[in-house]
Amino acid sequence: MFDFFDLYGYGPSLLRGLWMTIAVASAAMVVAIAMGLLGAAAKLSDSRTARTLAGAYTTIVRGIPEIVLLLLVYWGTQQLIQDLGSAITGRDVRVDFSPFRAGVMTLGVIYGAFATEVFRGALAAISRGQIEAARAAGMSPLKTFFRIQMPQMWRFALPGLGNVWLVLTKGTALVSLIHLSELMRQTNIAVGATKKPFTFYAVAAGCYLCITIVSMIAIHFLERRANRGIRAGVG
Amino acid sequence: MDLSVIIDNLPDFADGLWVTIKLTAISVTLGLMLAIPIAFARINTFTKPIAYGFIFFFRGTPLLVQFFLVYYGAGQFVEFFKDIGLWRGFFREAWFCGLFTLTLNTAAYTAEIIRGAITAVPRGEVEAARACGMSGLKLYRRIVLPKAARLALPAYGNEVIFLMQATSLASLITIMDLTGIARKLVAKSFAVYEVYIFVGIVYLILTYTIIFVLKRIETKLNAHQVRPANTADDTFMR
Repeated sequence: MFDFFDLYGYGPSLLRGLWMTIAVASAAMVVAIAMGLLGAAAKLSDSRTARTLAGAYTTIVRGIPEIVLLLLVYWGTQQLIQDLGSAITGRDVRVDFSPFRAGVMTLGVIYGAFATEVFRGALAAISRGQIEAARAAGMSPLKTFFRIQMPQMWRFALPGLGNVWLVLTKGTALVSLIHLSELMRQTNIAVGATKKPFTFYAVAAGCYLCITIVSMIAIHFLERRANRGIRAGVG
Repeated sequence: MDLSVIIDNLPDFADGLWVTIKLTAISVTLGLMLAIPIAFARINTFTKPIAYGFIFFFRGTPLLVQFFLVYYGAGQFVEFFKDIGLWRGFFREAWFCGLFTLTLNTAAYTAEIIRGAITAVPRGEVEAARACGMSGLKLYRRIVLPKAARLALPAYGNEVIFLMQATSLASLITIMDLTGIARKLVAKSFAVYEVYIFVGIVYLILTYTIIFVLKRIETKLNAHQVRPANTADDTFMR
């Protein structure tokens, strides 16, 4: 069936890589949404400490290139645990992170900073009166959040989240640096064996373009569904 | 924590920082010059599909793939590039490939920003200019482009910041920028977190310096407005 996608015998391994890319991206997106919700809640909270922490999180993560953060988290954390472990126990401690989990966590934390801003904007778009009404009706702040703010926020957050997803899928190419066998790494392996760099990187580019196109269509339909109850104002 | 790795290698870091700054400055300048014609091509009905294809490719694929496609991919066409005299000094050199890729990449993102800004210029202002007898080049030079520049600046600022951070990927095609130096030092000394945290701080400083400068330019451009337009869109994301 995949004869047309044979590519000197490397087609199937590229497809497996593509599948891994989608898996990493999806898992990281879940982490990013969780981090984003937490971050936005912290940024809008009354606690000064929470606001400062969330501010530091978004400032630091958005000010440093992904590749540096990825290398820092993947290699740095391992080294730190080993150094601390050896210092405490006095023995040689060795830890190995699973590349999948490390990649998902790092990407999730990085894009969670962007999701934080998206959710913060979306939450701010809900009129203050609704929150006051909910509080007056006796709902606790937590209940207000889950019953009033969350359901309405998604509509405002969707375009921004779609953007985060598109950037995140492209960001997964970096995870090849920590030896996770996603699309980019499988492509590198194929290039090493066949000496056809242009062919294979062009195929990889095509795969990423396909992910982008499919995602854009999906986002379009999600947005249309989220806005189904809203009448267009002007224009 | 062993800070001697950082202190002993400060000259190397300075070299890397200079490479990062050069990469950013050159590709931002060339990219902007390329982006303006592309943006107009994107608006024109006949050239629209070509311009959109270019923009879509560079925005829809990871920069890493683009780097590899140009730098390693060029190796598949050595004979061809030798024939047209673009091998020695050009596609054989990581530096040229890196600049070439970054320039095209930022041109694509910038063109889309400029197009958005040009189409966002209020219709009334264009009509008023036409009523005053301006047309063609004069209309663009006096009314459309200055207004578009103001509208584009916040998004363009994000693009500059992102490009500066994206130059770190050039280290993967053997360019010794800040990240390249860091990776080399880590391989030699195993001082993983010291080096990466230090480099991270340098990038943070660079990022927020650019933001500071851009905010100043923005205030200047909007000086005629009593209250500067609230364009604090600081989510800088591509």
